[in-house]
Amino acid sequence: MAHVVGTSARRKEGPEKLSGHARYVDDYRIPGCLHGVTVRAPIARGRILGIARDPAFDWDGVVIATAEDIPGPNVVTLIEPDQPLLAAGEVRHAQEPVALVAHADRSRAYQAAAHLKVEYESLQPVIDPAQSEQVFKSFLIERGDVVAGLAAGDLVVEGTYTVPHQEHAYIENNAAAAWFEADGTLVVLASMQCPYYVHKALKPLFDLPAHKVRIVQAVTGGGFGGKEEYPNMIAGHAALLAKKAGRPVKIVYDRHEDMLATTKRHPARIRHRTAVKRDGTLVAQDVDVLMDGGAYLTLSPVVLSRGTLHATGPYDCPNVRIRSRVVATHTPPNGAFRGFGAPQTLFAAELHMERIAEAIGADPVALRRKNLVREGSTLAVGQVLRESVGALQALDECAKRSGFRDKRREYARWNWRKDQPTWKGIGLAVVHHGSGFTGSGETHLASRAAVALTREGAIVVLAASTEFGQGTNTMFSQVTADTLGLPYDWITVETPDTSKVPDSGPTVASRTCMVVGRLVRQAALDLKAALVAEHGRVPHTRAHLREAALTLCGDAAERRFEREYEKPSGMAWDDATYRGDAYEAYSYAAVAVDLEIDKATWEVTVHRVTSVQDIGTTVNPLLAEGQVIGGTAQALGYALLESPVYKDGVMLNAQLTNYVIPTSLDTPEMDVAFVPAPYSNGPFGAKGVGELPMDGPPPAVAAAVHDATGLWITDLPILPERLARAERERKAPRNRK
Amino acid sequence: MTRLTVNGKRLELDADPSMPLLWVLREELRLTGTRFGCGMSLCGACTIHLDGEAVRSCVTPLSAAEGRHVTTIEGLSPGVSSAVQRAWIAEEVPQCGYCQSGQIMCAAVLLREKPQPSDADIDDAMSGNLCRCGTYQRIRKAIHRAAKDIAGEKA
Repeated sequence: MAHVVGTSARRKEGPEKLSGHARYVDDYRIPGCLHGVTVRAPIARGRILGIARDPAFDWDGVVIATAEDIPGPNVVTLIEPDQPLLAAGEVRHAQEPVALVAHADRSRAYQAAAHLKVEYESLQPVIDPAQSEQVFKSFLIERGDVVAGLAAGDLVVEGTYTVPHQEHAYIENNAAAAWFEADGTLVVLASMQCPYYVHKALKPLFDLPAHKVRIVQAVTGGGFGGKEEYPNMIAGHAALLAKKAGRPVKIVYDRHEDMLATTKRHPARIRHRTAVKRDGTLVAQDVDVLMDGGAYLTLSPVVLSRGTLHATGPYDCPNVRIRSRVVATHTPPNGAFRGFGAPQTLFAAELHMERIAEAIGADPVALRRKNLVREGSTLAVGQVLRESVGALQALDECAKRSGFRDKRREYARWNWRKDQPTWKGIGLAVVHHGSGFTGSGETHLASRAAVALTREGAIVVLAASTEFGQGTNTMFSQVTADTLGLPYDWITVETPDTSKVPDSGPTVASRTCMVVGRLVRQAALDLKAALVAEHGRVPHTRAHLREAALTLCGDAAERRFEREYEKPSGMAWDDATYRGDAYEAYSYAAVAVDLEIDKATWEVTVHRVTSVQDIGTTVNPLLAEGQVIGGTAQALGYALLESPVYKDGVMLNAQLTNYVIPTSLDTPEMDVAFVPAPYSNGPFGAKGVGELPMDGPPPAVAAAVHDATGLWITDLPILPERLARAERERKAPRNRK
Repeated sequence: MTRLTVNGKRLELDADPSMPLLWVLREELRLTGTRFGCGMSLCGACTIHLDGEAVRSCVTPLSAAEGRHVTTIEGLSPGVSSAVQRAWIAEEVPQCGYCQSGQIMCAAVLLREKPQPSDADIDDAMSGNLCRCGTYQRIRKAIHRAAKDIAGEKA
């Protein structure tokens, strides 16, 4: 049997996505369905004095729901019970949902929402995180003695870096439909990443037992973290309206509402002080991280955790201190976004390495080579990296493929000539990204996944892990096929539906392949063992498999083999001290960005990105490359284009006219390569890939901009006006005025 | 009453003539392969063909289709048999898939007008169709592949 792991087996759901037949939420025709619309607060902070219906409006057929209609506690369950499903009494951020309306006619529902008059008393909001007095979460991670270390180097390099909000801009906006079955079961069909998160949130809201809540994933038009926790909210709203109306209700956001109201990447300010020897040896790293969590805690502690654990970059330094905190502001809650805190802190860490290289006159590749983690290295949390550390190989391959050193010389000559219309530059960065939940997170999740053989001889993978473009279904099928030694086409993957699949945890944190893929492999091994025990071997024809299925299933419709997460042996983590093995394994990437800047307009054109990664065994090279080119495109947007503008806690450019995401013109050719350092506990040696490509490009862009212009742009995004301002300030520094 | 042809079928519709074609297709005719992304002609997810030209159905009123031929992704080919769709599979283009109806409809017009498009032609024609999964590089490759296939079929 030919092996399918390591080949580019075609995407399972590919054809239906190209024929128009894939069904996203709004493509379902649900008989009797009403359209729901959300009434949102226009102010960032205040009190709700009253909600009244405009007497001049025709309210016939309109259903209205407020906080008083919620059967259970008015809380969207996630980490802390602080966020209401509908604001009651107080408003903590602009666009906070206050009431819901529904009508059979979509336009009529929008009109009704506009005629529901909510009276507010405004209060002074806290918008600047530096002014916030409410800390959601803080961490302190120390290794060695940072104070002594800072005094022991030849010099200390300091820097402050900031990164803004980032909007997910999935092309399918958030959407959910909900209805109650005759037996009282609440059913939700939604665009989402985490069916069991929605399940957990809706049970208490509607005071229902687990078996009376059924959550089904529709085909999902992009998530990138934006559909990790927010679906809890929109599903809760649709369900509340459905309960009030006694009919199904669908809520589909338009672009403006989705951009105004739903989560964004956490903005952050990161400060570095690094002691270094003249030969490039890192002696001490002192890092301070401040993130803006927005109005409610949501996932902020976990985002901060990952940001903190990646804050030093992938380096082995004997003296480290990382202090971090995420605070509350009266702005819409920030949440999960591909990379989950790491792109923020790695931008700072890797651009800071460039400034260290300049300060000591070192070659940036050599400086990194000297300090990069390798097998046997120790991280700030005390984790010793025992295996699967491909950082150096990635860096060397990236420097070679991109022609980094030759390009630096070539561009220096180009930039030296004053008559050229442009500057050219090349910059690079090396990053790491932990696969799976942090520390004991996977143990607490206790994920389960299964492989079933049905009486008809079908082999079905059962997991709540969702497909929203990454290739979940394809990867599960490849792993199962090779474990059983059967053809890829024989494997099917069940729709994530909480009434059918076990809770394999959320589809986040670059965990689906390494963690859930391993469970699927273990379950498939159990099925294989059962087939071998019964028949001496795994049947290799459909007819034999059907015969075997009848014996194995007995009277049941299927025989299911389920596995639960077990912590790999030797892994230890202490939640109290926050020390130990922070992640089972890390993926690594080295990224080089080659760009050109117009001297007249300051427009930055990226010509080429070279991205080399160690993600362990590459289960599906074409899908993995797809993740890399897609994540890189988003990262280039974060670095160069995406500039959310806020006033008084309200996003002013909540539309695609002036919140600019990369188009085909902004997305250069990318050279993507893999240098696998297989991980012994990953399925066939695989680690995570989804988030890693978001981490490296922004600091590589900033390094290339410096190479081109000599300007350090330490704040994202690197817009032309920011470059022009930096150049003005270089020519006429403020302190000389 | 608006008379038009949709995917080869002649229809008479009594929907509001100012209704965007997108909603006529999706809600009245249940052709849901054409997607809503922004409603402001900014993302391209709703691209269809009107008399063979690529238009944004979210800002095209039903009245503009009077007496004309509309083609949606469902009408482009039986199954996914068009050269563009086959190339999309061969190059493993789609990720979440949501924008791809619009990308494919746009690419089909480009290939009819410029059977051997350059990279610049492709970027020029396709730059209005957003893909947040970032599949642009593969779309370029797939269009070149489809161009070759079509030329091969004609030869």
